[in-house]
Amino acid sequence: MATLEVKNLHVSVETDQGTKEILKGVDIVINSGEIHAVMGPNGSGKSTLAYSIAGHPKYTVTKGEILLDGENVLEMSVDERAKAGLFLAMQYPVEIPGVSVSNFLRTAKTAVTGEAPALRTWIKDVREAMGNLKIDSTFSERNVNEGFSGGEKKRHEILQLELLKPRFAILDETDSGLDVDALKIVSEGVNRAHKDNDLGVLMITHYTRILKYIKPDFVHVFVDGKVAEQGGAELADQLEAEGYDRYVKA
Amino acid sequence: MSDSQKPAQHGLAEHTHGSFVPLQIRSDRPRSKSVSDFEAVSPLQDLWRYLQPEQLKGLDADVLGEYESEVSFGAADGVNVSWIESTDPRVGTIGVPEDKVAAAAYTNASKTLLVEIADNAELSEPFVVNITGSGSQASALHVLVIAKKFSNATLVFEHAGHGVLAEIIEIDVQDEAKLNLVSVQNWDKGSAHVSAHFAKLGRNSYLKHSVASFGGDLIRITPVTTFTGPGAEVEMNGVYFADAGQHIENRPFVDHAAPNCKSRVTYKGALQGNKAHTVWIGDVLIRVVAEGTDTYELNRNLLLTDGARADSVPNLEIETGEIEGAGHASASGRFDDEQLFYLQARGISVDEARRLVVLGFLVDILQRTAVDELVERLTKVLEEKLGSK
Repeated sequence: MATLEVKNLHVSVETDQGTKEILKGVDIVINSGEIHAVMGPNGSGKSTLAYSIAGHPKYTVTKGEILLDGENVLEMSVDERAKAGLFLAMQYPVEIPGVSVSNFLRTAKTAVTGEAPALRTWIKDVREAMGNLKIDSTFSERNVNEGFSGGEKKRHEILQLELLKPRFAILDETDSGLDVDALKIVSEGVNRAHKDNDLGVLMITHYTRILKYIKPDFVHVFVDGKVAEQGGAELADQLEAEGYDRYVKA
Repeated sequence: MSDSQKPAQHGLAEHTHGSFVPLQIRSDRPRSKSVSDFEAVSPLQDLWRYLQPEQLKGLDADVLGEYESEVSFGAADGVNVSWIESTDPRVGTIGVPEDKVAAAAYTNASKTLLVEIADNAELSEPFVVNITGSGSQASALHVLVIAKKFSNATLVFEHAGHGVLAEIIEIDVQDEAKLNLVSVQNWDKGSAHVSAHFAKLGRNSYLKHSVASFGGDLIRITPVTTFTGPGAEVEMNGVYFADAGQHIENRPFVDHAAPNCKSRVTYKGALQGNKAHTVWIGDVLIRVVAEGTDTYELNRNLLLTDGARADSVPNLEIETGEIEGAGHASASGRFDDEQLFYLQARGISVDEARRLVVLGFLVDILQRTAVDELVERLTKVLEEKLGSK
């Protein structure tokens, strides 16, 4: 079993108005096979947490630790983190003109496993994963995220999640911009990866909608760069009924 | 670097201008077939402002050598290739030099290579003309391509070796003809190549014109497309990669002199190393008669290191408002941090990410040539350049 620990994490960014602290001491521990939902109002720092774990250069960790099985994640480069088993499904996947999906997937798989996948099984795996996510086979030859609809981009993120088989996945508002059908397909993909790979999931979301399809073991409510409250799945139901008002006013 | 190529109405989107103000409208530029009619090349002249005369390695001299022995070609059904006297009345009907080096090429090439695609000919394979330099004597080459009515062909001009070459390529695309013309510049170090292309497009004809420039100290290509009949379409593509010290200049010009024609100009380049310099000046002129014109030109440059410089200036002159659309875009950027992050977040190292993105950025233009062998070979050239950093 693996563990991802976020300890007293403080993160700041440079803005036009100077340095701004966004995360103000976050503590979350995720074990393999656990699903954690991080919920909170806009601007509470949810996405900053996601990008900080993945190592985006825009965010500076000023205090605290991120450990993966005791290893210091903060000392790793972005690609080393991915190789160590961390995966970030992005809220806004970037277009990479000229790089085909098939080339990208194969290059990424080779990078995270350290060797090129056996061609025959790889092609079969990709085809099956695309079929499960109802991604048309012509996507292989399209450029990464170029001209993809919002829903296609999110399904493509989950396709990578299923093929790269990380130990921990951070899903940054993977549910946003999806209609109900696409939400179901994407959720099934996450649930498959969870079940097949004993994946630990940190699911960042603004809404409770996705929690109907992906059942969290733990819910963390994020307000102003900190975890304001934690609980089980029942906390999400309470948020559904009451919204974030009481946290924001407090 | 999201690259939406939807034509934008001029003035509404993706609209940037350089600081350069044209001194004259494009069609007023002086022309002559005689080198003596042009003043000595000087960086004070607008046409030569981005380079020093010594970079031309003598191509701006009044007297140049000839390049016949450096040119080789095969044979194919439907293509007639031969050397004709440059006094032949067909020579010089498509384009007249607009600068001193092109005029030097015109004046000094006593023979012209005629490449004639027969009426209705459908070429199944690309026809390749190899131009392989073997010395540093400044020399002249004149080529005349005639794609006759209803023909359909792919022509590749492959420049390699060590050469100092002033070149004119006249391209006559007759009514209803389709021509895919590719000019590859993959010269050895120490080479200089200045080439003026003139294309004339007849009624309902189609020209795909691509230039791929990778090797050579100086490469300067000025392709001019003139529409002379309605309903024609041109796609002008360029791809280039300048290393330290290389100067690669492209000055495409589309002259919409007939109604209901369409032009798409897309040039993309990468630069790396100290004093890698690229220049792109994209001119489009929509004349009064050219109602229903649909044009879009785009230039993008990817700067991979400090010390490189990309100049990019789109110019659009519109003499009629009765058009379908006219737009242009120019952007020069560094390798995008967000693209790098996305790829790294999937375990791909910085070097590998850089390779993927640069190839991704440029290979789609290579692919537009639709010549598989060329795409494969030039992709390898790009990979070698990336590895040499």
